[in-house]
Amino acid sequence: MAHFRIPGPLRRLSNGEITVEVGARDLGGAIEALDARYPGFKDRLLDDSGELRQFVNVYLNDEDVRLGSGLKAPVSDKDEISIVPAVAGGLFRKI
Amino acid sequence: MPKLLGLRCRECGTEYELQATHVCEMCFGPLDAVYDYAALKKKVTRQSIESGPKSIWRYRDLLPVDDTTPVVTLGEGFTPLVKADRLGEELGLKNLYVKNDSMNPTNSFKDRVVSVAISWARSQGFETMACASTGNLANAVAAYSARAGLDCYVFIPIDLEPAKVVSIGVFDPNLIAVHGTYDDVNRLCSQLLESTPWAFCNINIRPFYAEGSKTLTFETAEQLGWKLPDEIIIPVASGCQFVRHRQAVRELIDFGLVRGDKPPALTGAQALGCAPVYNAFHSDQPERVMPVKPNTIARSIAIGNPSDGIYVNRIARETGGTVEAVTEDEIVDAMRLLARTEGIFTETAGGVTIGVLSKLAKAGRWRGDEVIVAYVTGHGLKTADVLASRNGHGRRVEIDPTMKSFREMVQI
Repeated sequence: MAHFRIPGPLRRLSNGEITVEVGARDLGGAIEALDARYPGFKDRLLDDSGELRQFVNVYLNDEDVRLGSGLKAPVSDKDEISIVPAVAGGLFRKI
Repeated sequence: MPKLLGLRCRECGTEYELQATHVCEMCFGPLDAVYDYAALKKKVTRQSIESGPKSIWRYRDLLPVDDTTPVVTLGEGFTPLVKADRLGEELGLKNLYVKNDSMNPTNSFKDRVVSVAISWARSQGFETMACASTGNLANAVAAYSARAGLDCYVFIPIDLEPAKVVSIGVFDPNLIAVHGTYDDVNRLCSQLLESTPWAFCNINIRPFYAEGSKTLTFETAEQLGWKLPDEIIIPVASGCQFVRHRQAVRELIDFGLVRGDKPPALTGAQALGCAPVYNAFHSDQPERVMPVKPNTIARSIAIGNPSDGIYVNRIARETGGTVEAVTEDEIVDAMRLLARTEGIFTETAGGVTIGVLSKLAKAGRWRGDEVIVAYVTGHGLKTADVLASRNGHGRRVEIDPTMKSFREMVQI
């Protein structure tokens, strides 16, 4: 099982849990699994078009997933997925 | 009567009480300080400002620190606004100014934001200051923490310029050199702040810290005789100060401090070796700033994942500005150009600003009579190694201490 690290502002969604284990093949699947267990995460992490929101940084084993395969990044056992709020975010919106 | 009402999310408008936090719990948007503008409008005038100290604290009414709070100051701000006639002549610009912010106590713009941040944090009972930094911020945080007698932890990328590391270390902070880029350092600090009681200047107390940036534009307007310029060239790292300059312009206009009500075009400058905001600005999705791995000599602005990048693009577009980027050689050429024409030695980030100014001027962006201000935000000695390794002494000769040797070697 891979596990998510949940940041303070989102722990209300995870009933206070700091780490949450999920089984999935890729990051997109992991977010689906997280949302199935604690509903609300998908909405916070993904925008209307299903992409990662601009103001949320997701790191797979300390690598920014946007520098790699994004939501298609393969996830395996013992991987750590960290959700970190951008220092000062910005909602992804089309002009 | 407190002038600060609270914090408000820039995206969804959710309001929060004053506290050391920087992200909206609802949408993760950034939080901004909210002032009681109605009360301030009755109080703030040109005269009230002009009677203040010759530092950023003359604008205290427009900063998030109460009148009774003792401030932590080293005399930051009120740096020279230099009419750059010789540089202007080379670029075909008759009304060009350089705001030389390398003349701050620790030789960079960061003294403005740190003086405000530490004054606020100390008044709230914080005992330890911290930051994630590309160098200049760590320098300022270390110096101002020493001045205030507060503990200090600064986090920097391990490959920082040697001069910067020395000028941070002398203040005796806890200096944490991280194997990684600034973005790695920033992520680590974002995670650390949940388990430490520290005030991270550019993270959890960012809404207060950021406000100090406004003073650069307040001063520029005041030094121009309470007028706004036509365009300002601003280096872009996280984009934090760019956003505050827009706010400063709004306040100058709303408070009736300047003549006219036309905001200047705000133009961003990046190094091509780390240009996520520039890349997005010129793409078909300017609202999607994709992170990059920085690779540039302009390390003080080498942020690959800029938090305020989309706001830079919005503001540049809204004000009629642009975002431009320059190569490594253009950065060095611009550092030399500014030094040769105006006697101002700036670091690589200033080379980015002047490089972009030069590039846009040569591309015919301006008629030539516009009032243009370039923000030069750090001193050249911070990145002297860049010039030293690139034949920094083109006209140097070695001679014996004799008249004969001088006549042989030097043409006058």
